[in-house]
Amino acid sequence: MDFLIEQLPRYLDGALITVQLTAGGSALAFVLAMVFGILGSMKHWLPRAVATVYVEVFRGIAALVLMFWMAYALPLVSGYKLDDTFAAIVALGINLGAYGAEVVRAAVNAVPKAQVEACVALNMSWFQRTRLVVLPQAWAQMLPTFGNLVIELMKATAVAYLIGVADLTAVAQQIRSATGETVLAFTGALILYYLIAQVLIFGMRLLERRANRKLGRIPPGGTGLLALLRPPSVGTKVGVAK
Amino acid sequence: MPPSDTPTNARPQGGGAGAGGGPLIVFDQVVKRFGDLTVLDHLDFSVDPGERVTLIGPSGSGKTTILRLLMTLEKVTEGVIRVGGEPFSHMPRGGSGGLVPAGESYLRERRKRIGMVFQQFNLFPNMTVRQNVIEAPVHVLGIPKEEANAKAEQLLDLVGLADKVDAHPTQLSGGQQQRVAIARALAMSPEILLLDEVTSALDPELVAGVLDVLREVAESTDITMLCVTHEMGFARDVSHRVLMFDQGQIAEEGTPDQIFGDPQEERTRSFLRSVLDNGV
Repeated sequence: MDFLIEQLPRYLDGALITVQLTAGGSALAFVLAMVFGILGSMKHWLPRAVATVYVEVFRGIAALVLMFWMAYALPLVSGYKLDDTFAAIVALGINLGAYGAEVVRAAVNAVPKAQVEACVALNMSWFQRTRLVVLPQAWAQMLPTFGNLVIELMKATAVAYLIGVADLTAVAQQIRSATGETVLAFTGALILYYLIAQVLIFGMRLLERRANRKLGRIPPGGTGLLALLRPPSVGTKVGVAK
Repeated sequence: MPPSDTPTNARPQGGGAGAGGGPLIVFDQVVKRFGDLTVLDHLDFSVDPGERVTLIGPSGSGKTTILRLLMTLEKVTEGVIRVGGEPFSHMPRGGSGGLVPAGESYLRERRKRIGMVFQQFNLFPNMTVRQNVIEAPVHVLGIPKEEANAKAEQLLDLVGLADKVDAHPTQLSGGQQQRVAIARALAMSPEILLLDEVTSALDPELVAGVLDVLREVAESTDITMLCVTHEMGFARDVSHRVLMFDQGQIAEEGTPDQIFGDPQEERTRSFLRSVLDNGV
């Protein structure tokens, strides 16, 4: 225990990098997921084809290999060297964005057709109904899966140490080789990864609860803050108010 | 021209003093097929400005399809629909005088005149009652928010829900939701209001409240109404004309008194018997 407390500042430096990778990767993944997910839900074949290509290409590529490519191959191809942290964020964002795009597409398509018809009857344009009606309803549907993806992304940041990013895993390696305390060095990293994940889960539940309240649903699992520690009940429905 | 001046016993045939003089809605040899199924079979009919028409008939006879075609939720297979003399389902092709299926921007311009209330209400669950009513006027018509709000409150008052402006649709009964849906449609100031079995999804005790609101709308405005309903009492009270549909065509038409009091066609008689036997 003393060992971990003694090493805490170093761990926190690493954890900060891990959090940065997670935040940056999530932000990029979110934008890509929204853009390609919405393109994938459109009626015209062209945007759908563009979305399919993005999703299929980047779902099929390992984030680590993409990261290596960004860090080592890209400079050879373009003559331009990306910052290692930035390369890791881009690789993670593109990779998880492909999964997210599928989530967005499914959620948008799950909004009942009757809702879209009501928008047509009110003479809304595609853009108006997407912004005012479809996305706000799809949002509640996306959030639980987004929560999983954010956790996945956070854990996937651990490979960034392989391209030289000084994240939490890199710090654990350094502490281990500097002190020889293999068990303690990695135990400290495990605990911090776990704590970061808990914060993320808590934040996502908060968002989910807000989204459900906006749809006029009683938040699943009660209303107190403590209720957020419990997983929400399954089978909550998005759609026509009935 | 207020509807009360329109003779209730006859469609004001061509002689309407309504806007433009001619009929407001014209179906010209309209065919609608879903795959092999012909829902509307070379249908011809017209509706005059301010006229309130009820469409009755067995399910599958094409009544709802007529409303959905007018709301551009479906496309015609053959024939042309005109609204206010302009082609609606189709648009003029540049110069040649021919008609091509209407594009989205053309439809958006034409659709302004029409509003619809659905069987399942279709309120937006991500919005409060107020937002449901004001969002389209604000974003689609560009009405200032204060003005839209004032109008929304007035309409919600008309439908008896002034105290529910900030409620969520999920907090309302079916009847209340449907009354909000009526207010939402009216907020767009349509010339034509389409009512698609608006009470069919309601518990019996909630039907009267919705129908009272629609009676009020019919009496206080000169809005043209096309109404698909199984509420024969309501049809009798508010409509100028009743069209009896069967197998995608008009089997019989007339004033409510003629259709309900002295139907000529056997199909009409048997349909009315079955509806009345079910105690609807």
